Amino acid sequence: MTAHVHAVQPEPNMVQLLTPEGQRVEHPDYSLDISDDEIAGLYRDLVMVRRIDTEAIALQRQGELGLWASLLGQEAAQIGAGRALRTQDMAFPTYREHGVAWCRKVDPLTLLGLFRGTNLGGWNPNENNFNLYTIVIGAQTLHATGYAMGIVRDGAVGSGDPDRDTAVLAFFGDGASSQGDVNEAFVFAAAGNLPVVFFCQNNQWAISEPVERQSRVPLYKRSAGFGFPGVRVDGNDVLASLAVTRKALDDARSAQGPTLIEAFTYRMNPHTTNDDPRRYRLGSEDETWKLKDPIARVRAYLTREARVASEFFDEVEQDAKKLAEHIRAGCRVLPDPTPESLFDNVYVDMPDEVSEQRTEFTQFVRSVEAVPA
Amino acid sequence: MTPPITMAKALNNGLRKAMETDPKVLIMGEDVGKLGGVFRITDGLQKDFGEDRVIDTPLAESGIIGTAVGLAIRGYRPVCEIQFDGFVFPGFDQIVSQVAKMHNRSAGQLRMPITIRIPFGGGIGAVEHHSESPEAYFAHTAGLRVLACSNPSDAYWMIQNAIADDDPVIFFEPKRLYHGAKGEIEDEPYPLYNARVVRPGRDVTLIAYGPTVATALKSAAIAAEDGVELEVIDLRSVSPLDMPTIVESVQRTGRLIVVHEAPHSFSVSSEIATRVMEQAFYSLEAPVLRVTGYDTPYPPSRLEHEWLPNVDRVLDTVDTIMEY
Repeated sequence: MTAHVHAVQPEPNMVQLLTPEGQRVEHPDYSLDISDDEIAGLYRDLVMVRRIDTEAIALQRQGELGLWASLLGQEAAQIGAGRALRTQDMAFPTYREHGVAWCRKVDPLTLLGLFRGTNLGGWNPNENNFNLYTIVIGAQTLHATGYAMGIVRDGAVGSGDPDRDTAVLAFFGDGASSQGDVNEAFVFAAAGNLPVVFFCQNNQWAISEPVERQSRVPLYKRSAGFGFPGVRVDGNDVLASLAVTRKALDDARSAQGPTLIEAFTYRMNPHTTNDDPRRYRLGSEDETWKLKDPIARVRAYLTREARVASEFFDEVEQDAKKLAEHIRAGCRVLPDPTPESLFDNVYVDMPDEVSEQRTEFTQFVRSVEAVPA
Repeated sequence: MTPPITMAKALNNGLRKAMETDPKVLIMGEDVGKLGGVFRITDGLQKDFGEDRVIDTPLAESGIIGTAVGLAIRGYRPVCEIQFDGFVFPGFDQIVSQVAKMHNRSAGQLRMPITIRIPFGGGIGAVEHHSESPEAYFAHTAGLRVLACSNPSDAYWMIQNAIADDDPVIFFEPKRLYHGAKGEIEDEPYPLYNARVVRPGRDVTLIAYGPTVATALKSAAIAAEDGVELEVIDLRSVSPLDMPTIVESVQRTGRLIVVHEAPHSFSVSSEIATRVMEQAFYSLEAPVLRVTGYDTPYPPSRLEHEWLPNVDRVLDTVDTIMEY
């Protein structure tokens, strides 16, 4: 057994615009022109998506969901990235980007189907420009890259028209950075100078494996070898995440090619509701990261610096409660799929052999139902 | 009728036609541009349609298929070339977990009109990974269609119809026939997913597809001299299987032999034998027999002609089934 290599900087040099204490700080490359009202809007986003997460975990505990992948701790990275998107941009999520879905105006109930087991996703990616959750890690980075190839072929890049020029935002995690698909996506994006931004949420843990199991170098440095810029941002800082992603997406839309963003953050919860992190990490680590909470710092700023009245926070809390009720009530009435629907949408044109299986299956199900108990 | 052309030329013409018909059709793969592909199937297409539509990709099969998925989401109709059969496996995950399932995952709201062309089969004296027949892996996967052409006319029409199909198609091309016998192009395409009786006969049904159709036809010609009439069916579509055509034939002949290059077990012939047993049990005069590759890795080329189904092995199996 060789010595364990701790190559990742414990105190990373990263872009930060709002300290954990709620102080605005400047960064020479990433200034952010943003009003206090807009920051209040981001605060609202953060609270709302944390509430989605809290409710979903509760629903899993009550047996209403089979599983949930919590985003706790990663709200700022996701809201910052999500709010940097323009309407025409396309996002390719993993299975944890509930915050990005929120920014794309996807009803949280839409996300629950695959965790409840009523469908496999089932939403139309082109409706909100938010792709289906992808569970094979890293696979979606190639889809994002191909989509960017399409944008280039549509002439929707570098035209200077802000409503036309389009970029793609591809999400993945520190674990996926080891996947061949992610590295191939980097190769294709670099070779084609494609309008795609790779947004890696380094939440330090790939289930039980710490990030140093994946990399000897900070992940943002990976892009250098592929020939495009990489930047590490404080993923618990919504302002920095917004500024850095906005710049990268602007570059992509104006035909300057891809960027890798490493959002340095922390998965506060288990990998999913089925995971037990006590087996592989210390509670003290969680405590350290609690001090860097993405919401507390925005609240501190709004209270101390922007002098936002307490009514605002009460309103947000009321909105979050309403959202929670919507999720609780809506989840329980998500319709179970009918047995016959098993065979739907396997093909655009159902082959005879599938159609015959459906007939047989349907007849069997009915015959069983017809038997008196 | 046009003058006879090779299968390579027929595919080239078919791809050209597809690109002319639909501006969303793109060709992507390794060496497909300037070189025209290692088999020259895409010869001249980049020159005529430009680098944006005939794309020389980096050498990464998962990348080729994965980016095709993204292009399809964006509304394109990608035609991917996998350079050799044995090189499809780095792209296997994207094919099986993404291409095949995206329509289903999206509850029918996304379509994956992707065609993946794979030169397949052996007999060309190649090195490892260049002679394989991986069709069963894909036929086993719900959401995919699997085709194999065997002659220039089918190659010309089937590639166009596959590209126009809104479901993803794995399109197998018998590489050793690319530059072989020329054939005339029929005026109309045969229905894409139908098997075709290419030689009628009363004694034994012989099912083949791709490269083994030629072997089956040769065998039938020799058997006829001995008074045994083989009915040769060119399967054309491996998935879905055209069972009505197969069953109708077996009901007449009572005997069935399936010939393919892919290894024996858990193969296309396994499936055909099972379905014939299910659907035409009382018509069978003998067990379904098979002439296939063996359950070994594809052998070094000095041995491949022993390994591959050939006329002698087919005729030997015909003797067995007739004597049963």
